[in-house]
Amino acid sequence: MKTFVGIDLGSTTTKAVLMDENEKVIGRGITNSRSNYDTACRVAGQEAAIDARFTLFRREFGDAEKISDQVDGFLKGLERAFRLEQFLEQVDDLEKTCIEQVKGERFSKLGDGVKLALAEVFNLLRKEAPAMYGPDATRKSDFFRDIAGSRYLALAEEVAREEKIPYDLLLNVYDKSIIAVENRPPKGELGDKFRAALKRVTEVSGSSASDLQQSVERALDIELEETFLVGTGYGRVTLPFSKEHIRSEILCHGLGAHMMYPKTRTVLDIGGQDTKGIQVDPTGIVENFQMNDRCAAGCGRYLGYIADEMNMGLHELGPLAMKSEKPARINSTCTVFAGAELRDRLALGEAREDILAGLHRAIILRAMSIISRSGGIADEFTFTGGVAKNDAAVRELKKLVFENYGEVTINIDPDSIYTGALGGAEFARRAAQGRMEGMDA
Amino acid sequence: MRVTTSTAQTTDVIKDASMIKQKQMMAAHYDRLTSARENGDKVVSTFVPGNLNELLMCFDLVNNLPEVNAIQNGLRRKSGAFVMEAERAGHSEDVCTYVKSDIGMMAKGNIGPNGKELPAPDVLMLSYTGCFTFLKWFELLREQYKCETIFLQTPYMADGKITPNMIQYMVKQFKEDVIPKLERISGVKFDIDRLREYLRKSAKAEDDLVYILQSGKHVRSPIDAYFGGIYYIGPIFGAFRGTDDAIEYYQFLKNEVDQRIAAGLGPVTPDGPMGEEKYRLVVEGPPNYTNFRQFWKMFYDEGATVVASSYTKVGGTYDYGFRHDPDRPLETLAEYCLGVYTNRSLPMRIDMLVDYINEYQADGLLINSIKSCNSFSAGQLLMMREVEKRTGKPAAFIETDLVDPRYFSAANVKNRLESYFQMIEQKRSGKGVAA
Repeated sequence: MKTFVGIDLGSTTTKAVLMDENEKVIGRGITNSRSNYDTACRVAGQEAAIDARFTLFRREFGDAEKISDQVDGFLKGLERAFRLEQFLEQVDDLEKTCIEQVKGERFSKLGDGVKLALAEVFNLLRKEAPAMYGPDATRKSDFFRDIAGSRYLALAEEVAREEKIPYDLLLNVYDKSIIAVENRPPKGELGDKFRAALKRVTEVSGSSASDLQQSVERALDIELEETFLVGTGYGRVTLPFSKEHIRSEILCHGLGAHMMYPKTRTVLDIGGQDTKGIQVDPTGIVENFQMNDRCAAGCGRYLGYIADEMNMGLHELGPLAMKSEKPARINSTCTVFAGAELRDRLALGEAREDILAGLHRAIILRAMSIISRSGGIADEFTFTGGVAKNDAAVRELKKLVFENYGEVTINIDPDSIYTGALGGAEFARRAAQGRMEGMDA
Repeated sequence: MRVTTSTAQTTDVIKDASMIKQKQMMAAHYDRLTSARENGDKVVSTFVPGNLNELLMCFDLVNNLPEVNAIQNGLRRKSGAFVMEAERAGHSEDVCTYVKSDIGMMAKGNIGPNGKELPAPDVLMLSYTGCFTFLKWFELLREQYKCETIFLQTPYMADGKITPNMIQYMVKQFKEDVIPKLERISGVKFDIDRLREYLRKSAKAEDDLVYILQSGKHVRSPIDAYFGGIYYIGPIFGAFRGTDDAIEYYQFLKNEVDQRIAAGLGPVTPDGPMGEEKYRLVVEGPPNYTNFRQFWKMFYDEGATVVASSYTKVGGTYDYGFRHDPDRPLETLAEYCLGVYTNRSLPMRIDMLVDYINEYQADGLLINSIKSCNSFSAGQLLMMREVEKRTGKPAAFIETDLVDPRYFSAANVKNRLESYFQMIEQKRSGKGVAA
């Protein structure tokens, strides 16, 4: 089948969306951008292709609503098993790479011990893995580096203690290996991994679901043809895309928001390093835009910095800020100053949640200024980007929108992080269509 | 290596004529300035908007323009260090970077583009035309050089028109203050016939300048009226208005433009003749000088030509009909100062931009807002909204600085420009199968 790919190469994450000929999204994929857009692009594309397979599986079973609990459970199990297969493949790669690092003077005495310890760590990691992808497991992140990294460090500490090997040696080989592994996306044939996962699921459940298997096999046989690809986002120029395959992320976000909510007239996107206020017409064409200039305070990275300062995970900030009933007034939106302000207030004994709530408000205040410069907020208003996933930011935004513009429908799609990629995929579809109809792409 | 088709060759030769001429003029001018002391010439410092070159020449004064020095330092990548030098001396980050470049240059020995020291001025001629910074700038220079300052007050065109009162007010200042002081400082007696002769020459060059700037109306414009325009306005905005050199320069340029029109060629860029004209823009605001070529390249690489700009009117709005008139010598100088772009109200600036978009068949308006220039930047967003509303054409807003390299963020500017060009494309190709 024909597919159209949109890839959004953001400063923090790279997103891919796969669309079919009927403007339906069939797959989404995301990965961290690293400093290597080429890899990020491949990984995100592969993730989207994997996701698309699951859409095709579901289609084999009919409409989404009609899928029975049994089938749904089966597919979810299949996905977990597939992820596990992928994870194990990368764990093998990580182990191999780590062992290669055990060389040189530093390891002259303890090299063999380190190798034994590594074998033990990776054995434990492999044993844990199925539970990590179990039906009730929650993962803070889906990125290999995050999942494997935190467990490796914990297990290595234990093993080092028991085997009386300096922990920093185990840390050293890991540090040297993880980037290489991360930049080497799983190589194995996807179909094979799906089949391995299928085997795993049927073994575990012991079910003889041969018709389910057959449906999956049929979906696996469908070839996904990449008909046209459009790249957008900060990394777009570094890719070997020709001009007709590149669109500005402003246009992609405008169109993506329109695709998600056709009545959208104003879009706010808060990404890793920029904030965009975009006005679109009823067909999704951009009429005006404003972006932050010279300074990326008030963007996603600002929250990342605050999270580091507070020794917290990025995803923990919002929930903590939501606990605040008395947000602190923080006027400074300079990232570095905000760090100073944060420490100062902590020292004065202010509650962490109140400070965090204040910082979230500061970001949104900054975004409000950018929106107003782009022409204000018209109904409907769509909020996109990574920060749209943060409840505390959303709460402040809703307050400020109401105070400044009154009742406005605010749309936030749970998949809003894919807005730019979605717009890109639609541009790809239109370009291919234009080409087919002999129009300018 | 140059393209060697016969047309390209002729064009190149003639293109070089105006460029070589301009280069010679600038070199000669800076040499005259830096050897003023040896030659016994007296020096006046003054500003581009409201520059009274013809009057100053009547007193044999050599015209030194600090703004032009700052631009030269920006283009030569020297302004960054000068700006920092001025900041070390206590000038805030928000101060106009022309001023800081000038102050920093003085602190570092006041070396001109020809590598020789620029002389201290004998008089500061401040014709105030809408930019408050000029007052403060010359206060600083007065402190530095301990020399006399002449202050010509130009009434602001708040109501959009020049009244007889305004002209009288200015003529009175010429007669009672400006001319007597210039006579005393220079030791030269004022001769109104000499002034008339210079004004006659000014008008001749001004006719050609307008012809050149308005050639942007051709679809497939032979000029870039912003990046190229900066060069084209040089002689008439600087120390050459009223000279034979200026007349000759504009004749060369006019011939080149005519040739390009006849051959159906676009503007000449630093990378050679420009390719296809995909976007026609009107630009508001001064350019960035520290990354001038890089900035320009972002336009011509994408096929964007600036067909008209407001910045090329800061030293006179000749395309609106004004010419220096030898029959009304002092009145005409007053009208000149009153009419410059910096002295125009926001509604007048909006009218001008709307006219340009319509008359030059532009695709839209681009505003380059200058970080350190409040006098230009204040109100630009409102202007943009209004122009959009009245023309129905898309507009965009980018931000850079005049001569402070720290405020030129190439990736951001490029990103915005490309978005804007694609936005134009998308609007143009209609609502359906866009892009």
